[in-house]
Amino acid sequence: MIELISRERCIGCHQCVTVCPTNVFDVSPDDPVPTIARKTDCQTCFMCELYCPVDALYVTPYAEAEMPVEERELAASGLLGSYRAHVGWGKGRVPAAAEDASYLILQRMRAPH
Amino acid sequence: MEKYDLRLTADVLVIGGGPAGTWAAVAAAKEGATVVLVDKGYCGTSGATAPSGTGVWYVRPDPREREEAMKSREALGGYLADRNWMRRVLDQTYENVNRLAEWGYPFPTDETGMSRRNSLQGPDYMKLMRRRVQKAGVRILDHSPALELLADEYGVAGAAGIRTQTGESWRVDAAAVVIATGGCAFLSKALGTNVLTGDGYLMAAEAGAELSGMEFSTAYAIAPAFSSVTKSAFYRWATFYYEDGRVIEGAGSQRGRSVIARTLLTQPVYARLDQADDTVKQAMRKAQPNFFLSFDRAGIDPFTQKFPVTLRFEGTVRGTGGIHIVDESCATRVPGLYAAGDAATRELICGGFTGGGSHNAAWAMSSGTWAGEAAARYARKLGARAAGRQAKGLSEKTGIPVRPATSPAASDTSDIVKAVQDEVFPYDKNWFRSGDRLKRSLERLETAWQEVREGLRANDGNLVRIRETAAMTATARWMLTSALVRTETRGMHRREDFPDQDPHQHYRLISSGLDRVEVRPHPLAQGDPVFGGAAT
Repeated sequence: MIELISRERCIGCHQCVTVCPTNVFDVSPDDPVPTIARKTDCQTCFMCELYCPVDALYVTPYAEAEMPVEERELAASGLLGSYRAHVGWGKGRVPAAAEDASYLILQRMRAPH
Repeated sequence: MEKYDLRLTADVLVIGGGPAGTWAAVAAAKEGATVVLVDKGYCGTSGATAPSGTGVWYVRPDPREREEAMKSREALGGYLADRNWMRRVLDQTYENVNRLAEWGYPFPTDETGMSRRNSLQGPDYMKLMRRRVQKAGVRILDHSPALELLADEYGVAGAAGIRTQTGESWRVDAAAVVIATGGCAFLSKALGTNVLTGDGYLMAAEAGAELSGMEFSTAYAIAPAFSSVTKSAFYRWATFYYEDGRVIEGAGSQRGRSVIARTLLTQPVYARLDQADDTVKQAMRKAQPNFFLSFDRAGIDPFTQKFPVTLRFEGTVRGTGGIHIVDESCATRVPGLYAAGDAATRELICGGFTGGGSHNAAWAMSSGTWAGEAAARYARKLGARAAGRQAKGLSEKTGIPVRPATSPAASDTSDIVKAVQDEVFPYDKNWFRSGDRLKRSLERLETAWQEVREGLRANDGNLVRIRETAAMTATARWMLTSALVRTETRGMHRREDFPDQDPHQHYRLISSGLDRVEVRPHPLAQGDPVFGGAAT
């Protein structure tokens, strides 16, 4: 579930507001940082994180439970922005799609083990 | 609702911006049609494909490979698939996937230098499809769910809905409409599925379309108990355990999922991916980044530590039921209305058992292409006659509310959603079915439907919820009524009171109706091999 929009990192581009498929965020009238307006509608799909150009968002893996997070800890452990890094989105990165090893998995799945 | 904040005219309206909808829009535009695509969320992130990775039924046009591909799941599907459709889908998928490569999708290359094209990363795939839709000159309306179709006496003529971020109403008058709204997973939070609430089924039914194969709607995916990330395939390398550490005999991701379901009825089930060797472990990380996201963030090493698992309901998203299509263009029986992807029945290529992600992806891109092309041709045929039609909203005709109830005693949508979920989520009602339990479920769903008809309140102010709730209630009724009628076990439909496949029921089941649900058998196309009795 979405737990964090980092006030320090957010540049107010509102990409998250645009791309969230379940419309969780709202633009604030007098604040460039969006609000998490409908948290329980979050479906934990991680798409907002992926589209955030500055890794300001954090979605926990807990689909049904709220779980407060500490921004500094997340940043220190490398978890903030880790999904975007793994998918290979962002400047200077190679999309993970280019190294997709699913064909190996499929080969192994067909083979008896 | 005569006045609309936004009014557009197009040859083709595509409802839904996932794989099927985007391929439909691109195909319709290529045929020269003006196209509008509306998505309930955001075209590019909406739906089950965008946040995940999916296999694709991409098979080289080699006769032996194709034969093997077609044969591999016929028995599992209870011999309800159709070889002619399989052939068409294999051809169309091969062409579309190769087009993705031309468009710049970065398919990986194996150690022999061969481009490997049987897997797609959802985020990259759908980002690319959005770009192609835009490049084709299609107008996209994001966050714009359709609430009802428009029609006159000649057929469907567009749709109307709302823009959720502004509250504005929209109306698109179109000569033809493609429904590509996905399946229905009843807000189970299986990855990416919470926008998939059967909305397109409801709209199609209001227009008089029928559904097919709704009894094949018992798909559940394995996920860590806390997480939305459903990736059952990787659990092939898992061992499943009781809380006390003993191995659960017979439990497995494929054939042994029933054992997991049965165990979960009384106690927690744990998994550990302890059968994966180093090659598989590395390949998994490179195949599905989000699979590990859950574990990394929860501080679990899934290869060495046990974690609780659940089976998350995927309904008709991975089940095969959907809108009945009547010809090779993916037309419904309603003039001007087409269906594609999970919104349409996938029995044609999968029969009564999910073909896994790869068939679903192949079906979405193939049926989307055909529906888009056919819708464009239909619009061209209609020509100038399309202008000036006096189409009306169909919810007005059927009386299924599009607005909140005014009565202070009305139920809240969340009560009804919960009541419907309580009939479709539980393993002892829907994974393992029996006549008695299905009848009791249907009685409770009848009550829910009555409340829907009288009007519901969306206490969170979200008008869309009312239609979603109606759609989920109707979908559950088609599912369980079909399940009651099919007195046998076939494909994914398991009847405890009829555990065998019955050769006399080797047909499809067509369901229809809103206030009164009806189910009738539908023979397979002539010339299909009849295997019924020999199979198990």
